[in-house]
Amino acid sequence: MRLSSRITGRIAFGLIWASGGVAVLALLFIIGYVVVRGLPEINLEFLFTLPRGGLGGEGGISSCIVSTLWIIVVTMVLLTPLGLGAAVYLSEYAPDTRLVGFIRYGVELLAGVPSIVFGLFGYAVFVTVLSFRFSILSGALTLVCLLMPYLTRTAEEAMRSVPREQREAALALGATKWQMVARVVIPAAMPGILTGIILCIGRTVSESAPLFVTMGGSSQMPDGLMSSGRTLAVHVFYLAMETNALEKALATGTVLVVLILLTNLFTNWISERLQVRMMGVS
Amino acid sequence: MSRYTIDRLSSRIVFAFGVISFVILILIAGFIFRESLPALRNVGLFNILFGTEWYPRYDEYGILTMVVGSVMVTAISLAIALPLSLGTAVLLAEVASPRVRGCVRPAIELLVGIPSVVFGLVGMVALAPLIAELGGSGSGSSVLAASIVLAVMVLPTITSISEDSIRALPRTYREGALALGATHWQTIWRVMVPAARRGITAGTILGTGRAIGETMAMVMVIGNAPIFPDGLLSPARTLTGSIAVEIAAASGTHQSVLFVTGLVLFVMVMIINSASLLAYKKGAH
Amino acid sequence: MDPKIRTTNVDFFYGSVQALKQVTLDIREHHITALIGPSGCGKSTYLRSLNRMNETIAGTRLVGEVLLDGEDIYSDGVDVVELRKRVGMVFQQPNPFPKTIYENVIFGPRVLGETNKERLDYLAERSLKAAGLWEEVKDQLSKSGLALSGGQQQRLCIARALSVEPEVILMDEPCSALDPLSTLKIEELMQELKKEYTIVIVTHNMQQAARASEWTGFFLMGELIEYGETSELFSRPQEKKTEDYITGRFG
Repeated sequence: MRLSSRITGRIAFGLIWASGGVAVLALLFIIGYVVVRGLPEINLEFLFTLPRGGLGGEGGISSCIVSTLWIIVVTMVLLTPLGLGAAVYLSEYAPDTRLVGFIRYGVELLAGVPSIVFGLFGYAVFVTVLSFRFSILSGALTLVCLLMPYLTRTAEEAMRSVPREQREAALALGATKWQMVARVVIPAAMPGILTGIILCIGRTVSESAPLFVTMGGSSQMPDGLMSSGRTLAVHVFYLAMETNALEKALATGTVLVVLILLTNLFTNWISERLQVRMMGVS
Repeated sequence: MSRYTIDRLSSRIVFAFGVISFVILILIAGFIFRESLPALRNVGLFNILFGTEWYPRYDEYGILTMVVGSVMVTAISLAIALPLSLGTAVLLAEVASPRVRGCVRPAIELLVGIPSVVFGLVGMVALAPLIAELGGSGSGSSVLAASIVLAVMVLPTITSISEDSIRALPRTYREGALALGATHWQTIWRVMVPAARRGITAGTILGTGRAIGETMAMVMVIGNAPIFPDGLLSPARTLTGSIAVEIAAASGTHQSVLFVTGLVLFVMVMIINSASLLAYKKGAH
Repeated sequence: MDPKIRTTNVDFFYGSVQALKQVTLDIREHHITALIGPSGCGKSTYLRSLNRMNETIAGTRLVGEVLLDGEDIYSDGVDVVELRKRVGMVFQQPNPFPKTIYENVIFGPRVLGETNKERLDYLAERSLKAAGLWEEVKDQLSKSGLALSGGQQQRLCIARALSVEPEVILMDEPCSALDPLSTLKIEELMQELKKEYTIVIVTHNMQQAARASEWTGFFLMGELIEYGETSELFSRPQEKKTEDYITGRFG
């Protein structure tokens, strides 16, 4: 019995290391492939020229960068108050009724719905019914709907995890309810809230399906909220499916990977700084 | 403004936000349902859901081929990803040294955020040609390519959540088992993994949701043929991909059927969510 | 002389469960009153009803009179927020906010509307001195409150409570999470504080009650069994249940 269990153990650990190895290799391969083949394509010209289209995928990604920035700004400006407001309501003000439980369940559910379904919704409501047409506005509004459940849930969890004693301490000192929420709960939940916000920015950069069907895909430089456009992620898709400029697609992919990497690093850095400031130690 | 006025005002404003979010929820669900109605009435849910022919131009709106495509690709990708994720999670939580973990874990977290189009691109450019050589068919866009790409996409999600769950177990679980004379492997396999199964299940559910919901990467590597895949090397189409490629050119009943497709996805997610809630409650002993 | 706080025939309910039965008790000004009793006897519930903190829990109800300086704090139109300024509280687990020491101490005056920096600095120094913490932290006011030791954190919470210039300080087992040395420091602090404030302390440590207070109330299962001068209650208790508890027969 002893011997066979030792052998089983050895085999098992072998498999464990193997699966870890496979996972790491696959992951390294993806990033490596994209960067190795894409990086050479990236130069100032690439970043600052408009895509000129055509089968050869001429040009660069300047309009895509600008469109992406537009989308980030408009989405986050609308999303942040909405998501945080709803989170404050659910965490601090909502009574314990069936209706509120229903809202929570709905938020949970929507957080799992595929993004293309939101794209469908955005196409029907913003592009068509509200006549915003294919535009940055339509895209941003669609993303707001997509990301709101996520931000609300993340922010709500962050606020709920603030211990009851903190709230009681504030109230016992004579604070009003709003003062307690604004000066104690929200600041204490800030690391979680900020992480949620930054992750939403990351998802805005990464999302392609809903923007593919609501922004129109124009490669021109956007000149306003109502302009059509394509973000970097959507541009990768177009390059891959409509041209044979695969190097450029990989280059755009590299830009995306770098952006995500920076976002991740920033999130970690902000979290740590806040922790240090709040707790005195990391 | 006195702080009492601010207090009263703010509770009203916050309530308004709660109402707005509720309204948005209802709007989304309601709108999708409303837009589905024409197709449900004219074509009928049964014909749509179980119809095997997808020819919108000839009023054929059967999405069964795509249901099969979605389910097949999701199932295969999970079959690939789950053992790998579990193994990697155990590796990071129990076996590897802190230094190794310090390198691998951040890499995995990075991958959770990589855009899906990047995965699709690599699949298209590197994986599909490989598969084309193995199977001989045109571009290599196939169920196999899509499954592998999906597996790589959900791997980081399942791994990180599973690893967190194993790490979160009280030390006493492991120490108790070892003290009874169990080997490290026996402890892992018989004590820790079962104890962490709630979190592992949650991670798997999340991964499944991500797999079913993936759109652009699927369009890039699965071939978009609305047919029943007759093997791993056959092209196919997913529900999500169908919506993405057809929406711009669709109108009338055709568009309405796409909404029904969205509804089907909605329901699938609900089923998965409910299954996970059940598993959650059951595993609570 | 009228008592600072007088409670008359107080019943308290958590939903349908009655936690306090007909409690009648006077709290004397500038004295330390201790409330003792086994776990779950209602002493904390009673304490928290003196500043209406029980209302933060849903479904609670109080019947009876609670008079602060002769006025019922539960009557309509009473400003709860203002009440809590007059009746402050220190909790069992030290709970400083995740902010700087300075921010912690002046939180109260800030939310009450004080904006003058000099006044805030003055209040901070005065409160920290009164809590016996000034010398230890005066050069580190911008350090996080959570970076202090347990005993220091509790004294910080006391300073925080003092900065709103209350009249009464309620202490809910303030030393139970602390080491003996910190406990002693806080007990000494209480003797100083009673000169300016009225103190009510809930404790499960009988020796602490005997040492530190002048008046003691013994609670059991929601009822006030006995209330009297501490020295009398501990040496010549009038109720058998009190005697049983004090001699350790239960609890």
